[in-house]
Amino acid sequence: MTSRFLVSALFAGALAGVIIGLLQLVFVQPVLLHAELYESGELVHFGAEAVSAHPVLPGFDLMRDGLSVIFTMLTYTGYALIMVAAMSFGEDRGARIDGRWGILWGVAGFVAFHLAPGFTLAPEVPGVAAADVALRQVWWFATVIAACVALWLLAFGHNWAAWGAAALLLAAPHLIGAPEPESFTGPVPTEIGALFAARALGVGLVAWVLLGSFAGYFWQREGEHAAQAV
Amino acid sequence: MRNLKQVVGCDGKEMTMTTMTAKSLTASRFVPAIFAAVLGIALITLTGHVQAAALHDAAHDVRHATGFPCH
Repeated sequence: MTSRFLVSALFAGALAGVIIGLLQLVFVQPVLLHAELYESGELVHFGAEAVSAHPVLPGFDLMRDGLSVIFTMLTYTGYALIMVAAMSFGEDRGARIDGRWGILWGVAGFVAFHLAPGFTLAPEVPGVAAADVALRQVWWFATVIAACVALWLLAFGHNWAAWGAAALLLAAPHLIGAPEPESFTGPVPTEIGALFAARALGVGLVAWVLLGSFAGYFWQREGEHAAQAV
Repeated sequence: MRNLKQVVGCDGKEMTMTTMTAKSLTASRFVPAIFAAVLGIALITLTGHVQAAALHDAAHDVRHATGFPCH
């Protein structure tokens, strides 16, 4: 049984991870590299001269971008392991798990792991002012856990008490607030910051839909293989 | 009149058997599910959150693009 979890998560995570890694290189990385020109001081926003919005960006870097793809695969394999664990609990409660229903699980994963923390701690371009990273990580984990519990209650709860608790859990981290910096010192133009957040969330949604669908497909397929083997 | 249960070779216990199979299936995969979830959390902690310099530098772009708090 353990192998069903590991095999389906590895296939789903690695496959989704490669696609997402490439999507990030195409859509997110240029914005990040653009921001780094301001972070390093090579470009200065509101300096003496107006700065072109279309600078020459560094090209493909095999080591840097290769590592990015590998770490994207690892990250989404981690997410896939959590996903198939959640799917097995859902299946025990009567949920159907396959490639199509996996899309819905993927959207839920996006909301829990990307949109919920990003609602207050927006995806950051390099160089933005931010509070202590350890404090933000605590807030990130707390928000993600609260959102996971909330979505589970929305999906599998049967009464208004469960749904009300879910709404509270979704809102609470943002009402309490995330650790924020003392002052704003980011040198990056707001246009780049906004584009980066939009791109990160957009690619994130595609990423999670793929991951959910793949995880559902491989989970079902590995289950059929196991049933045939018996 | 023949008893239907005898005709199909069932004695009513098959109901409990099915329930037991479902329950033992749930139990048998509870531990692997927890194991998978813990492994997954460990993996995203490593790729997304540990601040060790080498890991941070290698995963830098991914952490930003995935919305993790980075530095």
